[in-house]
Amino acid sequence: MTQLRRYWPVAASALAVVVLQVVLSLADATYYMTQLTMSAYYGLVVIGLCLLMGYAGQASLGHAGFFAIGGYTVAYMTTVNLLAYHDTGLIRSLHSLGLIVQWQNLYGEDILSFSPWPAFVAALVLTGVIAFLIGVPVIRLKGHYLAMATLGFGLIVYRVVLGTKSLGQADGLSNVPPFHLIPGLEVNGRSAFRIQNYYIVWAMVLVAMVLAINLVNSRVGRALRSIHQNEEAAHSLGVNTYRYKLAVFVLSALFAAVGGALMTHYNGSIGPSEATVMKSVRYVAIVAIGGMANLWGALLMAILLNFLSLRGVFGTFDDAVCGAILIGIMLFAPQGLLRVPRWQTISALLSRRPHG
Amino acid sequence: MNVPLIVQYGLSGITVGSIYAIVAVGFNIIYGTTGIINFAQGEFLIVGAMMAISLYGVVPLWLAIALAVIVTAILGGLLEMVFIRPARDASVLRLIVITIGLSILIREAMLHIWDEQVRSLPYFTGTSISTITILGAHISPQVLWVLGVSAVTVAGLTVFFRFTLLGRAMRACADDRMAACLCGINDRWMVTLSFMLSAGIGALAGCVISPVTQTQYDMGAPLAIKGFTVAILGGLGNSTAAVVAGLLLGLLEAFVVSQFAAAYKEAVAIVVLLLVLVFRPTGLFVRREIGELRTA
Repeated sequence: MTQLRRYWPVAASALAVVVLQVVLSLADATYYMTQLTMSAYYGLVVIGLCLLMGYAGQASLGHAGFFAIGGYTVAYMTTVNLLAYHDTGLIRSLHSLGLIVQWQNLYGEDILSFSPWPAFVAALVLTGVIAFLIGVPVIRLKGHYLAMATLGFGLIVYRVVLGTKSLGQADGLSNVPPFHLIPGLEVNGRSAFRIQNYYIVWAMVLVAMVLAINLVNSRVGRALRSIHQNEEAAHSLGVNTYRYKLAVFVLSALFAAVGGALMTHYNGSIGPSEATVMKSVRYVAIVAIGGMANLWGALLMAILLNFLSLRGVFGTFDDAVCGAILIGIMLFAPQGLLRVPRWQTISALLSRRPHG
Repeated sequence: MNVPLIVQYGLSGITVGSIYAIVAVGFNIIYGTTGIINFAQGEFLIVGAMMAISLYGVVPLWLAIALAVIVTAILGGLLEMVFIRPARDASVLRLIVITIGLSILIREAMLHIWDEQVRSLPYFTGTSISTITILGAHISPQVLWVLGVSAVTVAGLTVFFRFTLLGRAMRACADDRMAACLCGINDRWMVTLSFMLSAGIGALAGCVISPVTQTQYDMGAPLAIKGFTVAILGGLGNSTAAVVAGLLLGLLEAFVVSQFAAAYKEAVAIVVLLLVLVFRPTGLFVRREIGELRTA
């Protein structure tokens, strides 16, 4: 029974997703779905970061870097033109395996490039390896040191994508083809695919949530929380704190890479703005306002804030709003905005009798 | 590479390096009294420079800089009183996030006040084309200003912390807050004072470097990263070592630019930072065992 109770928000969210779609379609306002879809991709990053920050207690100011690695890998692999090498044995065998496809871009150019599936897998592998290599030394650090080291990593990714010619420098990469997941389902940003993509991304977000919920409530999750509360105590009880922290660091990087890779297919492009420190800080802000160790809070805030931001509600004050939120939450509500008082507390308050 | 060229790169390295050192000293002052890293440290430099640039039209240069330093120091103190003091008992993570938020707010406020335009103060002596020749290398007189101001600042701070009552009180707070309190030192004001001091010297550094590197609203973050690298390199809290480390990083950057594409210059500091964090988080100049005792 208690097992099932954890999942009712998943069912409720699924229902809310369907209701929202029906309402938007009936109101003829399906254009809102584009921003909802993009917000949900950012939501994937936030779910991963929430595991790392909220549950394992490790701050990362470099998650935009992982998002960008995922996105840039698929963008590069699916748009790089291998036509000049089509006669070499390697390319031919990859072609016959279906890992490489020939297609025409917007300008009618013939392009021979990797098809999205191998590119997606490569993006995840690459992100996983980089996160592991960065994580091995960095995750030993604490507090400021960890924050600055991850910030440094994010800055390096930003500098690399901004300075590398084959990654488009300041223009980024565009003309990224749609991603045919399975026949009939494709990640595609054109308006004809709007409703389909809305459901694709939400299905993914809910699957990610179920994974995260399972993780948090498992042996691993308990170990992570013990690390957050008191690392020395956890260590002395036999929890291999280093390994758990490293594992959740890599996992959260992978969540970010999935979001980055799929959103790049959805938008058809990616630019250096996705790799800025400000983006990383924004993810941290969202996890903080959601209540740190609160997956649903983080997801809700990710959707809400990114949706408002993408609609341009904050105008030129976009970053300032993020800064103000960070300070406000940390000063006045470190438990997050959504932490409602426990029922016991409320009933205790209600039943308190005035002293005679 | 001939001698004049080496001198040329060396001097330009020392110039930026001494600015990094001042930023690092600013980090150290606040870290010493509060135990937190102030992510908004870089913004103080830009606020100071921008304010001096705006004031320069109305008052003479020296007065503009003096006023900018004072106003930035007051701003630093106010920020501490409003945002840091209420969260005094918060965890390190929370305080980091607050200072990150502050840096964003200051930067965005500067964007709305001074827009995106690149500005600069005039050269303190001469113009942008006047040069002095040293060992065959041509340098701007402003370089001497930067070096002189940095040296005086660091020397002044050393005297302040060693020999004045206030400076000693601040050091006492850094060592043991409770004991300092029991001696009748007002520890809260010491924290506020440390923010004012580090904002003030940050503003001064921003002003002297402005003619050379120019000033834009978003230049604070890279400076902060480099200053932090230097602070770590020297060992957090050790300001004399920070000066040496600052000059080292400045020289390293200058010679990397001479050999590789300028695009990699930004990455040098970050790579150094990551390497130091991984291999010697207690700094270059501290014996490992001592460092471990200190962080324990």
